[in-house]
Order: sequence, then structure tokens, then C-alpha cells
Amino acid sequence: MAEMKKPKNPEKHSTYLPLDQKKSSKPFHKTPLLDQLESGPWPSFVTGLKRLALNNDMMVDLLGQLEHSYKTRKGYWKGGTVSVFGYGGGIIPRFSEVASMFPESKEFHTLRVQPPAGNHYTTDMLRKLSDSWNKWGSGLIAFHGQTGNIMFIGTTSEKTQHFFDEINEYGWDLGGAGPCVRTGMSCVGAARCEQSCANEPKIHRLLVNDFLDDMHRPALPYKFKFKVSGCPNDCMNSIQRADFSVIGTWRDDMKVDQKEVKAFVKSKSRKYVIDNVVARCPTQALSLNDDDTLAVDNRNCVRCMHCINVMTKALSPGDDKGVTILVGGKRTLKIGDLFGTVIVPFMKLETEEDYDKLRELSHNIIDFWAENGLEHERCGEMIDRIGLSNFLEGIGLEVDPNMITHPRTTSYFRSDDWDQEAAKWVQRKAAG
Amino acid sequence: MAEAPKMRPPIESGCPDPFQYMHPLMIKNFGNWAYHDRPRPGVLHHVAKSGDEIWSIRCGTQRQLGPYEINLLCDIIDKFGEGYVRFTIRSNMEIMVSKKEKVEPLIHALEDAGYPVGGTGNSVTMISHTQGWLHCDIPGTDASGVVKALMDDLHEEFKKEDMPNRVHITTSCCQINCGGQGDIAINVQHTKPPKINHDLVANVCERPSVVARCPVAAIRPAIVNGKPSLEVDEKKCICCGACYPPCPPMQINDPEHSKLAIWVGGKNSNARSKPMFHKLVAAGVPNNPPRWPEAGDIVKNILRVYKKDAKDWERVGDWVERIGWPRFFELTGLPFTKFHVDNWRGSRYTLNASAHIRF
Ligand code: SF4
Ligand code: SF4
Repeated sequence: MAEMKKPKNPEKHSTYLPLDQKKSSKPFHKTPLLDQLESGPWPSFVTGLKRLALNNDMMVDLLGQLEHSYKTRKGYWKGGTVSVFGYGGGIIPRFSEVASMFPESKEFHTLRVQPPAGNHYTTDMLRKLSDSWNKWGSGLIAFHGQTGNIMFIGTTSEKTQHFFDEINEYGWDLGGAGPCVRTGMSCVGAARCEQSCANEPKIHRLLVNDFLDDMHRPALPYKFKFKVSGCPNDCMNSIQRADFSVIGTWRDDMKVDQKEVKAFVKSKSRKYVIDNVVARCPTQALSLNDDDTLAVDNRNCVRCMHCINVMTKALSPGDDKGVTILVGGKRTLKIGDLFGTVIVPFMKLETEEDYDKLRELSHNIIDFWAENGLEHERCGEMIDRIGLSNFLEGIGLEVDPNMITHPRTTSYFRSDDWDQEAAKWVQRKAAG
Repeated sequence: MAEAPKMRPPIESGCPDPFQYMHPLMIKNFGNWAYHDRPRPGVLHHVAKSGDEIWSIRCGTQRQLGPYEINLLCDIIDKFGEGYVRFTIRSNMEIMVSKKEKVEPLIHALEDAGYPVGGTGNSVTMISHTQGWLHCDIPGTDASGVVKALMDDLHEEFKKEDMPNRVHITTSCCQINCGGQGDIAINVQHTKPPKINHDLVANVCERPSVVARCPVAAIRPAIVNGKPSLEVDEKKCICCGACYPPCPPMQINDPEHSKLAIWVGGKNSNARSKPMFHKLVAAGVPNNPPRWPEAGDIVKNILRVYKKDAKDWERVGDWVERIGWPRFFELTGLPFTKFHVDNWRGSRYTLNASAHIRF
């Protein structure tokens, strides 16, 4: 492990711990195990917890309980029910099972608060949130939890209401907890990324803010997450982590600035471009011409983003932008990890009517799942159980070959109405 | 009866509008960026079609921040930056500035305050993690501690861009695996069935939902010591812990038998290959606080081999696909066991149905 350099100004350093300025009344518990996480160059959360404990008896006992967990290798929190007036969710209640040893942190609840789309903050707002939480809670904030919430960690049942009242007045709302629509996530996207093919904050807020009742009053089969990534790099991990994943893409030709291609080849070498760009295209859609320009087979490009990631100046997404929508991603519980499945290969999002279609689709899906999902069954698990075709029928979408990796390989299936189904396809094709 | 105090109804404002907190250049050039490059590790430089330029300086944090850290970082951002900051999905801060001259002084100020600048491009960026013993009700370990210990060791790799491609490490404190897919993932893996406190089950657990929760139907209702309770077919049980959250008397966490497992090759991006799940490479790793040295050694060893053997732009998963799993186990020296062979439903496609063998 690399050792830490001596700080130039110890009072303004992540290791600062003025033990002589202790104001909390309770003496510190001995924490020999946690103390070992104070050395080393990475900022230490333990030093952070101790700094809070200098002013706050709750954090003195919290450190005691955490050390107890490190020693016995077990957790000591149990859930319960705590909520704010008017809501049924958004708070993670924690009651200590070892409160007799650590009474000050016997209640240590977390409030999940929705961040702005793209996680943008001004320093003024960060300080303001921190001040409010220091007043009503432990002072400890996680930016951000795995679902995307700002997590205000550690307060009593009574103070959750006061804290929520205070920050709710200046623009912040609770996120989801329990069987409900959860806090969404979207990437920095169009605000700073040239690869963005969508208006991520608009999509994020349009979807999530249309389901606030389903977020604040949990009554769905289980959790439901929206995530929005501006391009197939999927920085929000939405295919794997969202029940409803929206990914920006384009359907015309990618843009190639041949002058910049030539400059790139010159600076990096032909071999580099062949090995790292051309040969790495998953569909062999690229070829380096003799004059060091690039030929792109756009009909076979699958919009994987690799070549654009490597040659950021020379290549970029096309102009006819929209989104691909996948449904049903989740982690292990209960039937194993699932990726989302394409249900809309391309949807244009330009006019307000386009956005209305997206909104309508999200409602159709959540309504169908609320009706047909079993208790504690994620949307993807329901699709697994009933089959994609039944799901599509339920939400009013037609099948499309973009939804599959390959057609069925087993001959054991019923095909009574083949002709009708084939006619539907022909009709749809004729309608364009 | 005393009148109940009047409660304030909530303002259901939902997800806040980000434009009120966004750097003015990001508002001005929204949707109109031309390209980006990275002048040095930890710095992104974006150029807009208008010709405007913005630099984002990325630094690592301990994720859980108190008023001291928040004010310290905000003081730096106000003095050396322009008052605007955002967080990445991996809890790194990105501080935006409109002038190149501001970049170096900001980096120095952050590093002087103990906040490492890096985490961009082909680095090992901040480990995404869950709550663990600090706040979760079902954890088998403490994510913050594992992450702190590992990031101390990988600190130099965070500050450089020396890996074949980016490395995303994740951790999870239970087998639900909230940490997500990772190039390398360190997750709790229980090895013994739950220990049931039969005196409590009837009062605490809704028995039918607990029965329904088990992925392998190993739980059935039973009368134990004259009280309604649940019993587990220990032969069937896969020790996943899914029954523990709905029924805390079915204690799954065990100081000795809850171990860690290491997984590799998960990838969320669509770049090159389709998204991939990570695959098991090691289990039975001691859950050893406060610094988890055994898990750390395996991770560092995998990173060392990957760094040496992978080609440019190969993520860990891409690399293993090229060299094959036999070579992966050979190069890392990790034992290959019967547990690596998947037997979950639908897993037969993970077996080699070809004569493709590397020698
Ligand atoms: S975006 Fe991907 S699929 Fe398309 S040309 Fe580039 S490398 Fe090939
Ligand atoms: S640990 Fe998992 S497999 Fe075992 S009884 Fe509980 S839910 Fe079933």
C-alpha cells in the first residue's frame, strides 16, 4: 500500500481530526479495527465518521456499533416502518439490535432523496443540503446510492419529518423504497457529451415524474426502475439495472470527418487503426481505404459506439436521432440476473407527441405488470414466466426481429394460426 | 382528546430540474458538443460546436460525506473552480471549469486536501459499492471497508490510465448483489443454510411469502416445538439468503461461513461485444475485516495479469473471450473447480458444445 504524503495544510485535509475539539458528551468507543482503515492514501470514511462523532453522540455510538460488526463479522440493523406525512415510502428505517450497548444510535434511518437528472449541483446547494442534514440528522450523506438516490444517513423517526419538511420546501422530494417506482438515473448526456443522442434529463423527468404517486405510495408487485443513457455506451448500466431502459441511438449514417480520420491515422499509425478500430468492429462494418480514409458500412453498423469512442474527433453519431427501449433488466433475486430485452428498436423523440408516445408506453407496461406480476416479481421475471409474445400483446406492441438474437431452435411449438400471423407482418410491411 | 398537530402536506415535485444547478456552458451548449479528449488522467476536455470549451476535473471521494468534507470540497470548488460540480455513477466528483489555466491549480488543491484526481479513461476507477454493516439490514460484510482497503492499494491505478481499457470494480454485501456487474466483482457468498430461530418465526414472518421467496423451493411450513415455523431442506438449499430479508429469524450471515466470491468479465457498455454478465472465478475467500487482504490479493493478481496480457481496448470480459477460460485460470493460477460449471436453469448453453479447444 502506498503511504500518504504529509499534508501541507493539515486543517484542510481529508485526514483532519481535531480530537482536542471534541464537543460530544459521550467518550469514543475503542475502535482498533476501524482505526486500521484510517491509514492509506484513499480518503477514509472512518476518519469522516469520527469527525462527525466529535460533535454528535449518535455518531459516537454508531462507530461503536460498526466496530462491533467488524469484530463479530455481523450486521445489527433491522427494518421497520417510518415514513413522512402523506407518503408511504422513501425512508429506509433502521433500528439497532444492539441498542443496549449503543443507545444513542438506536434509531438510524436513511432518507432517500431524488437528485437532479444528471447529478448536477452548485456548491451553494450542496452546502445548503449539508446544513439541513447537520441540523436534523447525523450529517452523513452518500452521493449516491446504487439506485441513484442521495442518501441522508442516520436520524431518528421524529426528525425525518422535520428534515423532509425543510428540504421539500426548497425543491427536493423523496425517492422510492419498497414495491414502487424507484428513483431514476440519467447520464450527463447532452449537457456535456458529444455522443449523446437524446435529451436525457427530459426523458428521465418525464418518465419518473409521471409516476410520483406510484413512487410515494408503494403498491406495485415489486420495484420498478427507469434509467436513461444518451448512447449505447450505456453509462447508466441501464440494460442490466433497469426495468425500463432508454438508450439514445441514431438510424441514419454516422458522421465521418475524413480529414480528421487521416490526421488520426497519421498520429497513431495504420497498424493501430486497423488493430484497434477496424478489427474491433463487431460486424466488420469498417474498412481503412488506401488513402487512409475510412469506409463505413452503415447498414451493418450496430451502433456499438466503439469506433466513435476511439476516434472522438473524426466519427460521431448521425443526425436522425432517437432511442432504443429495453425492458426487464435486474440483478440476481429471484430467478437470476437478467438483461433487458429490446421492445422498441427505434423511437423518434422530437415532438411533444413523440414524448407522449413514450409516456403512454411506460404506463401500458406498468399497468400490465401491476395487473399480471406476482408478488415480489420484477417485470423481467414476469416476461420470463409468460413469454415475450404475451407481454407484447398485453402492452399492444408487435413483434420485431430486432427483439431476438435468433429465432426459435426447437420444433415443439403450436403454429395453428401461422397464416394469420404471417399476414399481419405482410400488412405491417405494406403500411411501412 | 387533544387535537392532532397540523401536518404539512408534501410537495410532490419529483426529480428536480437539473438546469438550475448546471454549469452555464453546459446549458448554453446543451446537445451541441463536437468532441472531447483527455489532456491528462483525471481531466476531460469537451469542445462544443460553438467553439466553447469546458474542462471537467474528476476526483475520488469516500462517497459518504459529512459537513467537513462537503465544505472543504466546496471551498476548493469555489476558490479554484466555478461553483459547479456533478457526481458520476461511481461516486466520483466532476468539477467543471471554463478555462484551461484553472485546471492545474484545481488539481493541486484537491490533491493537497487528500482527494485523488483520476478515474478517467483506462484507469481503475472508484469501486461502486453498497451500504454494508454501516446501514443495511441484511449485509454479510462492509462495502465501505472493502472499498477503502482496495482503493488504498489501487490508488496509483486510479491516477493513471495504464490499463488496456477501463476497469469497473463492484462490491456487494449480500447475494442479491446490488453492486451490479463489474469487470471484477467482490460479492458475499454464503456457504451454510440459514439458522432458524423457531421461537420468532410465527411473530415476525409472513410464512407464505417466505416460502415463495426461495428460488429452489427448499422452504416449507412446519410446526416446531409446538409453534408454527418454517423448515429448510438443507440438501436443496443453495444458501442464497433470499429468505433472510422477509424473515430475519432465518439468519444467513455467519462470521465464519459467509465468504466472499470473486467474479470477472461483467460489462454494461455495448461497445464491441454486447453487455456481459460477470462470471465466477473464485469463492471461499475469507470475509476478513478490516482490510480483507485475501480478496485484495486475488483482485490485484487478476489486474496484474490483465494489464500484462490484454490488448488495447479489451475490457476484462473481452480479453477472457479472446484467450479462453483455460488460459485465464492458467495465467492467474486460480483453481478451477466443479463450482465454476453452471447448473442454474437454462445454463447448458454455457458449456462448450464444439471442438474449439486452445492448446
Ligand atoms: S459503431 Fe460499432 S458497429 Fe458501428 S461501425 Fe463503429 S465499431 Fe462498428
Ligand atoms: S437460503 Fe436461499 S435456498 Fe436456502 S432456504 Fe433460504 S431462500 Fe431457500
